[in-house]
Amino acid sequence: MLEHTELFFKSIFVDNMVFATFLGMCSYLAVSKKVSTAVGLGAAVIFVLTVTVPMNWLLDQYILREGALTWLGPEYADYDLSFLSFILFIATIATMVQLVEIVVEKFSPSLYNSLGIFLPLIAVNCAILGGSLFMQSRDIETLGLALNYGFSSGIGWFLAILAIAAIREKIRYSNVPAPLRGLGITFIITGLMAIGFMSFGGMLTGGEEAPKEESVQTAVLSEEINNTTIEATEAVVEASEINE
Amino acid sequence: MGLLSKKDSKLILDPLADNNPITIQVLGICSALAITAQLKASIVMAVSVLFVLGLGNVVISLMRNIIPSKIRIIVQLVVVAALVIVVDQVLKAYAYSLSKELSVFIGLIITNCIIMGRFEAFALGNGPWRSFLDGIGNALGYGVILIIVGFFRELLGSGTLLGFPVLGDPIEKTGLYSIGYENNGFMLLSPMALIVVGIIIWVQRSRNSALIEEN
Repeated sequence: MLEHTELFFKSIFVDNMVFATFLGMCSYLAVSKKVSTAVGLGAAVIFVLTVTVPMNWLLDQYILREGALTWLGPEYADYDLSFLSFILFIATIATMVQLVEIVVEKFSPSLYNSLGIFLPLIAVNCAILGGSLFMQSRDIETLGLALNYGFSSGIGWFLAILAIAAIREKIRYSNVPAPLRGLGITFIITGLMAIGFMSFGGMLTGGEEAPKEESVQTAVLSEEINNTTIEATEAVVEASEINE
Repeated sequence: MGLLSKKDSKLILDPLADNNPITIQVLGICSALAITAQLKASIVMAVSVLFVLGLGNVVISLMRNIIPSKIRIIVQLVVVAALVIVVDQVLKAYAYSLSKELSVFIGLIITNCIIMGRFEAFALGNGPWRSFLDGIGNALGYGVILIIVGFFRELLGSGTLLGFPVLGDPIEKTGLYSIGYENNGFMLLSPMALIVVGIIIWVQRSRNSALIEEN
């Protein structure tokens, strides 16, 4: 439970998609002129990330990574298909987006109308593919955590686009230097917001990771010790056999 | 240019300045910002995009009459993904540490809006040669911004260029450091990439007032 809450807050604030890794910047800049459209796109991103990250986690776990094909039989144990992950991930994302679009249109026309044009756009949003790739490179362990990761990074993205849209609506009334208007000032505001978000970095101490590594090392060590003791006992047994 | 007609050379030169993909068309920002803390990474990224965009534009342009328009996004994604896998494998083979440093951002070339944007806007409606030039031009425009940002961030942030110390040694206090200059470690953090691009946009638009937005 603790690791779920930790991952949840970490993906929203510390590793915020927009402010820490600049994912989904294009749509973030292009669709943040009005709060209402920003909310629509943000909701769609949360939705699609929550669906695609667990899907791709399953793909990664049972098809792509080294030794993942063992369930087919022992002779497949040393296949490593991870070089195919880009193409499989993006194919999953594109099909999931199409599927989600069809399902939502069928069962909830009002939601479909509010998400509308944003759903197909999302297939090419870097935040979605980035979510899956980070899921892969950070070695997220269980399906539950992958679901959590997708959902909470979606929320982080949603918060970011909501904030910038609100600021851009207000900034229309201020006197920005002409060459900076529009794109330029948005960049600089985003930079300042990112500096603000960096202060969340201290929220979760990195202290917890170090003991984990240590415990792994001690586990390895104890295993080695076990092995040596087993060998020693075996040697003793052999010696006693020889004695006999 | 004798080699290219006037119309063709416009395809290459336009995106370098007045129609720059990053500062004017607002495409491909994600990767432009995340990997520019070092000049070397920026150059590798620029070359990778040049390769993917140049070839991808040609492939899409050759297939433009046989792709059904309903599934064109998926076809485009598959073409880009295949090219990016090639880049990724080459980098892993010949520059492993660099490819670790770029981590997921090579993969994110697939969803780099520049690529899809040029496919949709240009390659689907033009012949292979013109599409190739357009791809090269836009990738160069993208690369120029990347290299400018990478140059300033590495120079001001760690006092080196491509890993070589150009401002003297900060520990032994030689060169600029002997008169009290300090590296600005803040330049290496991600928010400064945004601010540097903001400043580039500011400079560019104050030189060419036709580019100013209304607000």
